Amino acid sequence: MLKGIAASPGVALGKVLIKKEETFEIKQETVLNATEEIDKFNAAISQCETELQKICQHTKENIGEEEALIFEAHIMILQDIELLKKVKEMIQTESTNAAYALSQVRDEFISIFEMMEDAYLKERAADIKDVTDRVIRILLGIQTEDLSHLDEHVIIVAKDLTPSDTAQLDKEKVIGFITETGGSTSHSAIMARTLEIPAVVGVKGALENIKDDDFIAYDGDEGCIYVNPDESCINMLKKKQEEYNTFKESLKQLIGQNSISKDEIQVELAANIGTPDDLEGVLKNDAEGIGLYRSEFLYMDRNNLPSEDEQFEAYKKVAEGMENKPVVIRTLDVGGDKEINYLDLPKEMNPFLGYRAIRVCLDRKDIFKTQLRALLRASHYGNIKIMFPMISSVEEIRSAKAILSGCKKELQNENLPFNENIEVGIMIEIPAAAVISDLLAKEVDFFSIGTNDLIQYTVAVDRMNQSISYLYTPFHPALLRLIKTVIDNGHNQGIWVGMCGEVAGNPDLIPILLGMGLDEFSMSAGSVLKARYIVKNTSQALMAKKIDDILNLSTAEEVKQYINQLKV
Amino acid sequence: MFKRNVKVMNKSGLHARPAAMFVQEASKFQSGVEIFSNAKKFNAKSIISILSSGIMCGTEIEICADGIDEVEAVNKLAELVESGFGEEKIF
Repeated sequence: MLKGIAASPGVALGKVLIKKEETFEIKQETVLNATEEIDKFNAAISQCETELQKICQHTKENIGEEEALIFEAHIMILQDIELLKKVKEMIQTESTNAAYALSQVRDEFISIFEMMEDAYLKERAADIKDVTDRVIRILLGIQTEDLSHLDEHVIIVAKDLTPSDTAQLDKEKVIGFITETGGSTSHSAIMARTLEIPAVVGVKGALENIKDDDFIAYDGDEGCIYVNPDESCINMLKKKQEEYNTFKESLKQLIGQNSISKDEIQVELAANIGTPDDLEGVLKNDAEGIGLYRSEFLYMDRNNLPSEDEQFEAYKKVAEGMENKPVVIRTLDVGGDKEINYLDLPKEMNPFLGYRAIRVCLDRKDIFKTQLRALLRASHYGNIKIMFPMISSVEEIRSAKAILSGCKKELQNENLPFNENIEVGIMIEIPAAAVISDLLAKEVDFFSIGTNDLIQYTVAVDRMNQSISYLYTPFHPALLRLIKTVIDNGHNQGIWVGMCGEVAGNPDLIPILLGMGLDEFSMSAGSVLKARYIVKNTSQALMAKKIDDILNLSTAEEVKQYINQLKV
Repeated sequence: MFKRNVKVMNKSGLHARPAAMFVQEASKFQSGVEIFSNAKKFNAKSIISILSSGIMCGTEIEICADGIDEVEAVNKLAELVESGFGEEKIF
């Protein structure tokens, strides 16, 4: 058994095809006519560019735009001014052949990259090698092995698969691949995931231990490779493969379905977004709404405030894109820790307990009003709901709503249409708000629990502080009790309660939240289908009965164990 | 010769797409363009040079150009860096 780094999920069982290493020798030769040699070099560069353009196009059409970017980067390397200059200089001054000159120059560059600690930069060394190898092969007249047309289903085993190798793999016939080198962020790993081919990389000793026509099997999620395994091993992996494929299929089946529990309790599964560009992922993953649109992205990476019209266009785009599905937009949520220079936010000792979010907006009413006006105007085009972040008191809600009323009157006088009955809610992320949520529930139309910050404030832990980050746990009894309190208080006043923190998409906690009565779960778009699967397979009533027991457990560990037992 | 200091603010620094955007922009100008970072010099028109610089988020760099369109070159590139290359920061 060989071990490597899990690169792309799925199970593969099949016959091996070894991709042979083409070792070519680059001999240094003296040339008589340097100018002719430089011409030869230029021609090879040109041909290489044409080849890469073709591969780039093929990739765009058959794999994806994102993956094709790698080849655009390769083409840029090919046109690199320093590279070309140094090679031509060397040919000229040393009267040496182009292939040798190129290999020397690129080795110099590669050694710089390989010295760097950053894994990303080390990968770039591989890019430079891939591109220059291609040119050298053209100069030396060497043909490459063609993996784009195969006769039978195989698992490819290679020392390395370059991006161009991976992009041109015969998708029908290649059922998986193993490489000796590489990591989970290398191009081939990324492409494998897009192509949905199981893959394991960084398998030391792969080529020594595996031969052509061997039968191998592996789970791309685990990274263990079995060479010529016995029957029981094969059966185990075949079973895993079946389970995996069934699960994937069933997830696809869930598109277009409602999120209804086993006992027919319906909930809303929504997505969190940062910009209108995220809409595509939301619709593709069939989210039923947007539970959190982080509006601060509109304010970042620029030198001035976004105008009312600019904001209006962004909000309108999302509202229209979602048609009648709810879009909860959170008002400006920034503080001194974010680089928004033009706001002149004070540098504070403790920005997370400082002048931020709603506190800034209630103080700088001009900024707040601009955003509220834009939100109201956009509300005419879809189902927008406004949400205030970092609320800690009834007073804050009343002040914010008063300003909102003022904006509504202005728009009415200006004859600009908006949704008069727009829903207004708040994030529950500060413990104080959770404790008085019964009082807050009377002032708003909904709550959305922001667990990321709620955990930090409640347990008094900075999740980025490595020495204590173990304290940051969604299974903390205090968090679970607060969540239950908030949901109950909200329901007692007839308002809906949602959640937009990471906990909402946590597969272990979804059944518990369902049992507690949470109405809306907002998470990253990619997690929605899995969440729907869990909801459909859970009985809300059964889970509700367990809540009292869970809330009486003493430690996070006990909670985790209790949940694990439920799964059995 | 004209130069300006700017701070690299986008999350991934001068990697990948930002590096490509930077080099493409620099290559449009006639002047020679270089960037200085941590006392090292890099050719702004060479993607390999820029990638090898390993410049990360939070680094201050000096953009320096020499030639007919040196002022425009430096200003355009400084603007590009300060706009964060259209990249997002993730909370």
